[in-house]
Amino acid sequence: MDKRTIIPFGPQHPVLPEPIHLDLVMEDEVVVQAIPQIGYVHRGLEKLVEKKDFQQYTFVAERICGICSFMHGMGYCMSVESIMDVEIPERAKFLRTIWSELSRLHSHLLWLGLTADAFGFESLFMHSWRLREQVLDIFEQTTGGRVIFSVVDIGGVRKDISEDMLKKIAALMDTFEKEVKEITDVFLNDASVKSRLVGVGVLTKQQAHDLGAVGPMARASGIEEDMRTQGYAAYGKINFKPIVAQSGDSYARTEVRIGEIFQSMDIIKQCIAIMPEGEIKVKIKGFPNGEYFTRLEQPRGEVIYYVKANGSKFLDRVRVRTPTFANIPALLETLKGCALADVPILILTIDPCISCTER
Amino acid sequence: MAEQTIGKISPNELLSETLRLKNDGYRLVAISCTNKEGIELTYSFDKEYDFINLRLNIDYDTTIESVSLIYPYAFLYENEITELFGVKITNISVDFDSTLYRIGVKTPFNEPKEEK
Repeated sequence: MDKRTIIPFGPQHPVLPEPIHLDLVMEDEVVVQAIPQIGYVHRGLEKLVEKKDFQQYTFVAERICGICSFMHGMGYCMSVESIMDVEIPERAKFLRTIWSELSRLHSHLLWLGLTADAFGFESLFMHSWRLREQVLDIFEQTTGGRVIFSVVDIGGVRKDISEDMLKKIAALMDTFEKEVKEITDVFLNDASVKSRLVGVGVLTKQQAHDLGAVGPMARASGIEEDMRTQGYAAYGKINFKPIVAQSGDSYARTEVRIGEIFQSMDIIKQCIAIMPEGEIKVKIKGFPNGEYFTRLEQPRGEVIYYVKANGSKFLDRVRVRTPTFANIPALLETLKGCALADVPILILTIDPCISCTER
Repeated sequence: MAEQTIGKISPNELLSETLRLKNDGYRLVAISCTNKEGIELTYSFDKEYDFINLRLNIDYDTTIESVSLIYPYAFLYENEITELFGVKITNISVDFDSTLYRIGVKTPFNEPKEEK
């Protein structure tokens, strides 16, 4: 056995947008084992449920993460609505689906940019984020916010999108598709990009299952599981299939996310084409009493919102299991046997969100 | 409200029930903890969208076995529960000994609830 050394990686590192630390046990340039340390920014947002009532907590849930803030608020509202047996209006379901898919779109474009930056392709990074800005502009025009929207509420949504704006979004999706294809072709076909992604950090289908991987991380290893297929919000009325790849390497994870970018655009167009008229919110009466687990598909994978209520305006418990938390064990597995130079790319290919993890 | 399966088990049944689900091909989705009137632990599993839960009610003095020998990745959930709620769990495969999160307050989620 070669002499082993331990290299501390993080919590501050140029490729890490948020703090996570790994102790990398090395034999020469090869990682033998990785031991994670998190908890640099734990905020205790779940504990805030004791101070904020069940309606105010929607705003707290949105602040779990700045990337999928809308879906955090939506997942929490869906749990409370299930406990209170509230059926939200059809139009609200479609609006929630559109904002969810716009969130996935900007999250995956953000990830593409970060990944390009990690392997030193700066112009690709800038183009990815330039395109992402267009999605943030849609958020600003439809909700008033670019990061936190505050449009989701228990019983529906607070804001509607006008017919003119919906037409504008549908038209934008067509031009956006061509622009996105220009950069995704580079991600999928450029030799220098492929040399950093193909065959790097392979996670087999069995390993992905055994380690509880979720989202694009699992689908890139051949697991065809996507919570949207269970038909929450308006997904039951939309025609789509989970995007799956088989090779389980960093390239496959990129391939899946790129496939999901185009799929999101298609889902948004389908929603706009069959968007029903009508109310966007129903009035809530009384306080929730009971418990419910909601599962939905965030950009990074399956997320769980457990809500336990006692019939008063304060809840007993809100618990959020985020996709990054579920994907850390799979990340540790992919790091085994990789070169030190590939560690940043591998951390990024799970699309880590430490803000979510340290809710 | 859609039906959700929550089966109650005793601490003695935890490992055997978890092992049965593992052998049936279920994935451990999450372990959740609530501290109202004692400790309530919920182990959630999924197999092709079939979502089931095992519920364990214990008091603060009870020590339970880790399921990380059956599901190795359970160590993160179990460390979190130990650190935030003070639940006693033995034989966790990777035991952070209450240093998973760098928090200044010991078992913060186990504090007595304030009057509302």
